[in-house]
Amino acid sequence: MTYSGERILLSSQREGQVSRFRAWVLLAVPLAAILFQVYVPLFFQFLGFLEMPLLVVVYFALMKRSQISGLVVGALVGLAQDSLSKNPLGMFGIVDTLVGYFAASVGLRLDVEHVFIRLLLAFFFFVFHQFFYWVMVRALLGQPLPFEVQRTLVLGLLNAVVGVSLFHFLDKLRETA
Amino acid sequence: MESFLNRYRAITVLLLVIFAQLVLLAVQVKNDRDVPAIRVWTVTAVMPFAHLVEMVRGGTAGLIRNYILLKDAGGENRGLRAEVGRLKLENTFLKNELNTADRAKALQIFQANTPSKTLAANVIGVGAGSNSKVVFVNRGSVSGVERGMAVVTPDGIVGKVIAAYPTSSQVLLITDPEFAAGVISQKAQVRGTLKGQGTPMCKVDYVPIEEKVEVGEMFYTSGDDRIFPRGFAAGVVRVVRKSSPFQEIYVEPTGLQHGVEDVLILIEGVHQDIPETPPANQPVYIGPAPPADAQPAPAAGTPGQPGTAADRLRTEYQAVGEAQNHIFGEGPPGTKPPDFTKLPVPGAPVTAPPKAAAPPPAAALGEGTQPPAAAHPAAPGEGTQPPAAAHPPASGGGTPAPPVAHPAAPGEAPSRGPGKTPGTPSVKPAPKTVPDAVRRINQAAGAPSGGRIER
Repeated sequence: MTYSGERILLSSQREGQVSRFRAWVLLAVPLAAILFQVYVPLFFQFLGFLEMPLLVVVYFALMKRSQISGLVVGALVGLAQDSLSKNPLGMFGIVDTLVGYFAASVGLRLDVEHVFIRLLLAFFFFVFHQFFYWVMVRALLGQPLPFEVQRTLVLGLLNAVVGVSLFHFLDKLRETA
Repeated sequence: MESFLNRYRAITVLLLVIFAQLVLLAVQVKNDRDVPAIRVWTVTAVMPFAHLVEMVRGGTAGLIRNYILLKDAGGENRGLRAEVGRLKLENTFLKNELNTADRAKALQIFQANTPSKTLAANVIGVGAGSNSKVVFVNRGSVSGVERGMAVVTPDGIVGKVIAAYPTSSQVLLITDPEFAAGVISQKAQVRGTLKGQGTPMCKVDYVPIEEKVEVGEMFYTSGDDRIFPRGFAAGVVRVVRKSSPFQEIYVEPTGLQHGVEDVLILIEGVHQDIPETPPANQPVYIGPAPPADAQPAPAAGTPGQPGTAADRLRTEYQAVGEAQNHIFGEGPPGTKPPDFTKLPVPGAPVTAPPKAAAPPPAAALGEGTQPPAAAHPAAPGEGTQPPAAAHPPASGGGTPAPPVAHPAAPGEAPSRGPGKTPGTPSVKPAPKTVPDAVRRINQAAGAPSGGRIER
């Protein structure tokens, strides 16, 4: 784990360090995130605002610095979310695919080890995820889903805070060079 | 081409994945059908872990809960022990209350059935001193209590009033060394003097050595002392020693066997017979009154009709009263009683006021008081004397009758004359004899034998 000090933007893609994860981490962490989303709110309803699968997708996409890996992780996690929801398959899949792709793209340009960058990216991708999901629901399914901006921003901030802590925890699972 | 794909590989893959998912979505939306395979795979892959997590969570929660419960078990155990102790105390208290209620009920029944006029009182204190055999009761001269009155319970005599204050009285218990009362044995009718010893046992003195007294035999008051009427239980013989010139007989007072809490003060004592058998255990159960619309029993006294001698007597007296338009149970004090001198000849059908005259058992009627349900013609012939009324369960034509009646002696003065001062401890002479059958009936009915109804 290397921090770039005051620099946030990378001068080139080579400055960034590609993180590697063990296979079981790539499998267990998304699974745990999905389990968290479907299980924990049963007992702690107030934790239902947490989009743990989204945060995991963002993290892996940022750390892998690979757009293909990011979109694949996003697609798989999104489809799993769709399977465990009442939505048609593909709604969360498309959104998370886009999130994974764009997060990986951003991770190529920014120092994703920086806490503020992580906070900002987590907040941004949560809002993007919510907004794009709202767009898809209205556009593809034709359902009048309301979009509450203020609530989305607050939840985005909360998810960003939690995401920073989660990212810090997931950093421990990275393979050391 | 290859370089183009390598250059735009990422965006190509993105577009492919997005396109594939859009197709999947479009298929579902257009056909309104789900793709169950993917959901089944996902659920099959995810839910076992959820089940595992739930098992872990349940086990952990159960473990923590059991640990907490176990941790709290000590405190809960202590609390429960305290609760058990409290409940034991409460149980003891309730048992005492129940015993008190039983005693009160027995006392009430005894008071209702005894021929003597009594006054219920509660013991409110004991005399000063560790060897004191004196108690205080909550009835005094205001209630009509006077010095010298006998104090009894349904089980037997308790003592006598040695001082009557306005609102309380001092009672000398029979265990006090200064206490003495005339007693008579149950079987051989041996007379003696009951004396307190300062101990739980009393001594019967002045019983000649040639008299036969057995252990377990009851002693009853003889009435000779003019304080205790004849026929009240005094005690059970526990020790009999032959010595000269008098036997040493120790009796256990029956009146004190169950403690002294509720007592009866004999305002006006009436002699009773010495029962042939020990008194029945208290409390005495008296069944409920028969229903008012019950078919009346056939009138006793009519030849060929069933019924006890008491039934026949009651029928005779009721017929006399009804012939004179007298309604039993009504009328203020001082109302003239029916003229029972017009009783029919014994054995004759009761159809008209009899010509044969007999001494009126005025004492049985008690002027101004409720007339007795049964009485007895005074001075009948020896051996043919009609028995005192018993309490036949099915007789009375629906009118509950007192279980006991007492034959009045010839020429006996009314026991409750109007204006008579109740405080005078008068003791009336006992009847000479009572048929054994009647006595047994009375005893079976749970009432003192030979009693005369005065309510």
